[in-house]
Amino acid sequence: MEQSMFIALFILIIPVLNFLFIGLMDDKLKPKTAGLLGILGLTVVAALSYFTAFDYFFNYGKVDGMYQSFYEAFSWMKFTETLSIDLGILLDPISVMMLVVISTVSLCVHIYSMGYMHGEKGFQRYYAFLSLFTFSMLGLVVATNIFQMYIFWELVGVSSYLLIGFYYEKPSAILASKKAFIVTRFADLGFLIGILILGYYTGTFDFKVLTDTNSSVFTSTPAATFMGASVLTWATALIFMGGAGKSAMLPLHIWLPDAMEGPTPVSALIHAATMVVAGVYLVARMFPVYFILTPEVLTGIAYIGAATSLYAAIVACTQTDIKRVLAFSTISQIAYMMVALGVSKFEGHDGLGYMASMFHLFTHAFFKALLFLGAGAVIHAVHSNEMSEMGGLRKYLPITHITFLIACLSIAGIPPFSGFFSKDEILVAAWEGDKIIFFCQYFVAGLTAFYMFRLYFNIFWGEEKQYEHIHKEHADCMTIPLLFLALLTVVTGFIPFGQLVTADGFGFDLHTVFEIAIPSVLIGVVGILVAWIMYKKPTQIPDKVATSVKPLYVAAKRKFYFDELYMFITKKIIFRRISTPIAWFDRRCVDGFMDFQAWWSNKVSVKIKGFQSGDVQLYVAIFIVAILVISAIICL
Amino acid sequence: MEIPMQCYLIVALVMFFSGVYGFITRRNLLAMLMSLELILNAVNVFFVVFNRFLFPEHLEGMFFSLFVIGVAAAETALAIAIIINVFRSSKNIDNEEIKELKY
Repeated sequence: MEQSMFIALFILIIPVLNFLFIGLMDDKLKPKTAGLLGILGLTVVAALSYFTAFDYFFNYGKVDGMYQSFYEAFSWMKFTETLSIDLGILLDPISVMMLVVISTVSLCVHIYSMGYMHGEKGFQRYYAFLSLFTFSMLGLVVATNIFQMYIFWELVGVSSYLLIGFYYEKPSAILASKKAFIVTRFADLGFLIGILILGYYTGTFDFKVLTDTNSSVFTSTPAATFMGASVLTWATALIFMGGAGKSAMLPLHIWLPDAMEGPTPVSALIHAATMVVAGVYLVARMFPVYFILTPEVLTGIAYIGAATSLYAAIVACTQTDIKRVLAFSTISQIAYMMVALGVSKFEGHDGLGYMASMFHLFTHAFFKALLFLGAGAVIHAVHSNEMSEMGGLRKYLPITHITFLIACLSIAGIPPFSGFFSKDEILVAAWEGDKIIFFCQYFVAGLTAFYMFRLYFNIFWGEEKQYEHIHKEHADCMTIPLLFLALLTVVTGFIPFGQLVTADGFGFDLHTVFEIAIPSVLIGVVGILVAWIMYKKPTQIPDKVATSVKPLYVAAKRKFYFDELYMFITKKIIFRRISTPIAWFDRRCVDGFMDFQAWWSNKVSVKIKGFQSGDVQLYVAIFIVAILVISAIICL
Repeated sequence: MEIPMQCYLIVALVMFFSGVYGFITRRNLLAMLMSLELILNAVNVFFVVFNRFLFPEHLEGMFFSLFVIGVAAAETALAIAIIINVFRSSKNIDNEEIKELKY
């Protein structure tokens, strides 16, 4: 166990050393060296993570049939006897699982980027940022207290910002990176306030105390209320706001589609598999607090999740940029995880939703990373993001085609691919929790199958276009990660997740509930068939459908006007009505006062300056006169 | 008949204020330096006179005036060196004209 902590520390140190080395050397390194260094570091990290996970789950983690959390930290800032900010490492089922997810996807992306980013300007910088991101994300999941998590939370935010804006010469990339940073920062403001409220009223930041159901946090709850809700409700709701920002929940999702301006492997790593699930991870981490102290917030999370997944699925059906389709699909799938957490209970088999959420997080990370990397391969070949410029690519990109198909089947919930198992568990949990949410999620499952296969048929089937410089692909650093991830997509569904990751640490067996599994597979198949009919061959059906529900189609295509709404609120209301008067006050009153002081002292010093003439004779004359005057005064 | 102390003091006072007047009004640095000497010597006279008339059993005043003479000699040497350098650089020892150091 000691040894495991040591290894976990190494997992964190390697990427940060890589970041510093590659980042500081920058142009002095050859691009290839930088890339190989990154891959080498990540290989070691991945190996150590697998070892940690194996050791934890099968060796020392389980005590009396229950998975314990192990904890090693030193006190960094001490505020009171109980309230301090520690820095340390926490190993428990979800953090260990996340280590595996992050290091695997990150390794795949590192390898893939060697091919995808080949010859790009700033290749070394790209790898440095990837290492920084990997470090931050790993630090986030092993954080021992909520404040440490917040620190790494901001670090992943900034690495995401740097990577979205990687093509900093492109105005749209700069805008997208700014948007992502500002929106998540705004959400993090809520997170920070939530942390402070929670710390103030419970007297601790520590996850160990916050998740221990016997601790004082749960036995004595503060009675203070604010605006009709208890302070704890406010605290957890605000903390969820931070999570919603990072995980792109409604209405803070607007940054994620634009974040697709970044290089595609970055989208796979950050905006599909790891960073965007940080919000889910946060709620899972604080789950006992949400469930026991503030169940109303948890219910809210479930409804927000359901609304988001429905919204994103509808929008995804109308987008034409393949990365944006995937982005909305990511939002929808993360919302699935949120829903599962929201409807979950705590103990034993009732905690199915929690487990399903983590399971889906795990499987989704792989198949969504696979989808993004596949999309990256397509974009790399076609040099366009637009669906209308693709078609019939199955002949040119056979490996991408097969792996993409596997991922699509997985996300559509077709057995035996991993997405089926995890999505099925979520639907079961939703059925047990809330029927409305269940039907919503059930419908979304069908939509998911439809839009994924719309994407698939449009790219790989349909009418063949004229392509320039397209080569038949072969096994290289871009296809090996695809194959590896496809393998994971096939096998991860068979992991007995219920035995490993549960809300209360006790394992339980998973059963496929056929009453729910069969209809969910059916609706998936229906979705696929509809997509088949509409997009397999170029037909007029999609246009006819679009014109028949024109208002809905247009609204969905414009993402239900969320961007316009934000623009209206910020530009017309906040900037014009609030910021302009404040700016006026700042310029005229605050700055004016300071300017006045400066002006005044300037005038006075100009006057005083005259005395400092450098004329010794004048000084002496003044001196003598002054002496005489003073003497006269004293004598009189 | 001994000359009373006041006579000495009046002479010294006249010397002192002549020195001050000269220092303030002269424009030539050398003239100012001379005026400065006059002030110092006036002070020396004060020291000696007060010592002689008020504390005849002590010698501090005498010694102090000797010190002043010594210091004045050194100061004069230094001042003349500076004035020569100023003259070399600006061909001028009029203190109204030497304004470069001010800026």
